[in-house]
Order: sequence, then structure tokens, then C-alpha cells
Amino acid sequence: MRWDWNAVGDFLPDLWKGLLVTLQAVALGSLLSFGLGLVWALLTRAPTRWVRWPVEAVTEFVRDTPLLVQLFFLFYVLPEWGLTFSALATGVFALGLHYSTYTMQVYRAGIEAVPAGQWEAATALNLPRHRIWTAVILPQAIRRVVPALGNYVIAMLKDTPMLMVITVLEMLGRARLFSQAHFQFTEPVTVIGVAFILISYLASLVLRALERRLVR
Amino acid sequence: MTPGLWKLVLEGVWTTLQLLVFGALLATAVSFAVGVACTHRSRLVRFAAGCYTEVFRGTSALVMIFWVFFVLPVAFGWQLVPLWAGTLALGLTYGAYGSEIVRGALNAVDPAQREGGIALSLTPAQRMRLIVLPQAVPEMIPSFCNLLVELLKGTALVSVMGMGDLTFSANLVRLALQQSAEIYGYVLLIYFVIAFTLTRLMRSLEKRLKASVGRDAGTESAARELKRARTTGVGAGVASGDGVA
Repeated sequence: MRWDWNAVGDFLPDLWKGLLVTLQAVALGSLLSFGLGLVWALLTRAPTRWVRWPVEAVTEFVRDTPLLVQLFFLFYVLPEWGLTFSALATGVFALGLHYSTYTMQVYRAGIEAVPAGQWEAATALNLPRHRIWTAVILPQAIRRVVPALGNYVIAMLKDTPMLMVITVLEMLGRARLFSQAHFQFTEPVTVIGVAFILISYLASLVLRALERRLVR
Repeated sequence: MTPGLWKLVLEGVWTTLQLLVFGALLATAVSFAVGVACTHRSRLVRFAAGCYTEVFRGTSALVMIFWVFFVLPVAFGWQLVPLWAGTLALGLTYGAYGSEIVRGALNAVDPAQREGGIALSLTPAQRMRLIVLPQAVPEMIPSFCNLLVELLKGTALVSVMGMGDLTFSANLVRLALQQSAEIYGYVLLIYFVIAFTLTRLMRSLEKRLKASVGRDAGTESAARELKRARTTGVGAGVASGDGVA
């Protein structure tokens, strides 16, 4: 086995650029998935089943199909429909949409975990419906689900290499370019693997601290 | 779409299914080996198992696939057939997730069950095989079902390496037709149908396994509902023959 430290040094600037793109995609994608997931979760509690049923069906479909194919779909089909976005925007949208179907489940569990007495007390105080949600239920529900949401941020981080297939130059895309230019594959791919382990380990430490603080 | 293109898609489905089955077998073997090692007495074994889980869960599945396809041949001189390279990468990655499922289910078995085994002077291996695993396995099934769907979605990643799975043939068809919506719509649907079938199969497997250790998934949830109704509803605490099920 040959290991070339010079190649590692040469790759570091590319790694840094790729890392910035990766982090950008994860940050924007998580924000989108947090927002959309909450919307889905609230819609599945709608009083009419004509709202609940389609939301359940569509999110189930998105959850059970590969993110990679969804990326291809958005990247090639949206322009056919006259909607053109940058590759990164398409990637962020796909990540956010895919993971919103997971965060939705998390929010639902959080909302269901709020004790029934809280609903009853809020109703007894004659709070209007939107105030019950914003002032009583959601603050308690979201506090509990933050660590679980964080797990999906880590999962999303590990899915960002897929953005490579739609020409986003994140870490793995940079590694592929580098290896094509220098004919060295071992070093960049291994370095990226180590980078992923480090980032997800750091993120899990942050999550554990959050969990101690938020979940009692 | 012409019949020729459909044939291409069907060949892709076959490769995807092969990857799914072989990947699942390897992942199951890895899950049980590593998961059981996580509960081993020796600290060294536990540490090694923990390292495995962290490394393979920490890296991205796609990075792992790149590593197996491109680094392994250069670094060690092992050039694997694409199907086995894909199986290896997927099995090792998803096995690391599965090992956590196994560990969790083993820990969830009532400690008194183990103590019972000790009292009967069974060897550790016998305790694991005869007492702990039969009770832990039904608990694992719902999580393994989720993991299996994740693995199915993961098989699409090998198309990046040019392996002729469903996603790869979809790309070929797209190039041939110059129409993306139709073919990707079909492909998403095919993946969904496979995932849906898997979920149903796993659910019936769970029911059968639970029945084999004298528990019934259906009545269990019904009993839970009943219990909740008795403890939270009007007249909770009124003596009404406690100890449902």
C-alpha cells in the first residue's frame, strides 16, 4: 500500500472548499427540513381527512424512495418544466424535502408527547386555537425533539456526497476532480472519510450536550 | 417507452434486487456479530466493536462505496467484481447501523432472564442462544424493517460507479428518450413498490416471531390501549380486575 502525504497536502485546499459547500448544503437543507417537517406534521393533524390522507401518502412515498433518484428527478425534470435553479439550490431542495418526511415523524411524536392536561388547561383558559399551538403545545414539543432533529442533521451530512451527481462540488466531488487531475485516489477519499467521521463525532457531542440540557 | 428500454429497466431491477438481498445478508451477519460483541464481558472486545460502529456509521455510504471501488484495488490489489464490491460497501455500512439495533434489543431483555439462565448453570453461549436472542429478535424486527428500506435506497448509490442497477438504467433511458419526468417517475414508483412489499413482509415476520415466544402483537397493543384507558379516563383507579393480559 502506497500512501503519499504530499497528495494529502495538495488536496487540503480543495477539501476546505468542498467542506464549505457541504456545510452550506447541510445548514440550508436542515432549515428547510425543519420548516417543511413541521408543516407536514401539523397538516396530518388537520380535521379533514382530505388533507391528512394526501400528505401521509406523499410523505410516505418520498421517504421510501432513494434520495439519489429524487436528486436526478429534480435536476433533470424541473428545467423541462421551465424551472431552472442552480445545482446547489436543487440539492438543498432535495435534501430538505427528503428529510422533512423524517422530521415530520419526529415532530408528531413530540406533539403527541405533550401531556393531555396541557391541551385541557389551554382549552379551559379559552385560548384561541392558534394560541394553543404557538404558546402551549409547540414550545414544549419542539424542546423535546431538538436532539432527534439533530440526528437527522447528521444523517443529512452523510448524504451530501450524493450532491456530486448533480455537479455540486462538495467534498467527494472535489476528491473526484483531484484524482482525475493527479491520478491519486487513495489519499483524497480516505481523507474525506476521516473528515466525515470527525464532523459527525463532533456533532454527536454537541447533540449529547443539548440533550442533557433540553430533555428532562 | 419501447420494449427494449423496458427490458433495460427490468435488468436494472434484477441487479437492484440482487444487491438488496446480498447486502441485507451481509448487513445482518455484521449486525449480529458486532451487536453481540458490544455486550461482551471483555472491555477490549466491546471497544473494538464500538470502533467498528463509529467508523462505518461516521463515514458516508457513498464515500465508503468510493473507497471499496477505487482505493481497495490500488491499496491492497483486491479488484472485486462490481456486485461484490457494492455488496461489501453496503453490507459493512448498514451492518454498523444494524449493530446498534441488535445491541439495543439485547439490552432491553429483562436482566432476570439472564439471571435465570445463570441459575440453571447454562454457558454464556447457551444463554445467548436459548434465552436472550429468541426474546430480543422480535424486538429488532421493526427497526430492521426501517433499515432494510434504507438499504434499498442505498443500493441506488452504486449506480454512481457505473453499475447497471435500476437508477443507472434510468439514466440510460433518460439519455435515450430525452424525457426525464416519465422514466424517473416510473423508477421512483418501482422503488416504492419494492419498499412497500418489504414492509409488509417484515410485518408478517414480526407477528410470527412474536407468536413464537408467546406474545401477540395485536393483543399487546390492544392491552396497552385498555390499560391507558383505565389509568387516565374517568373513574381511573377503580378496582376493575387489574393486570390486563
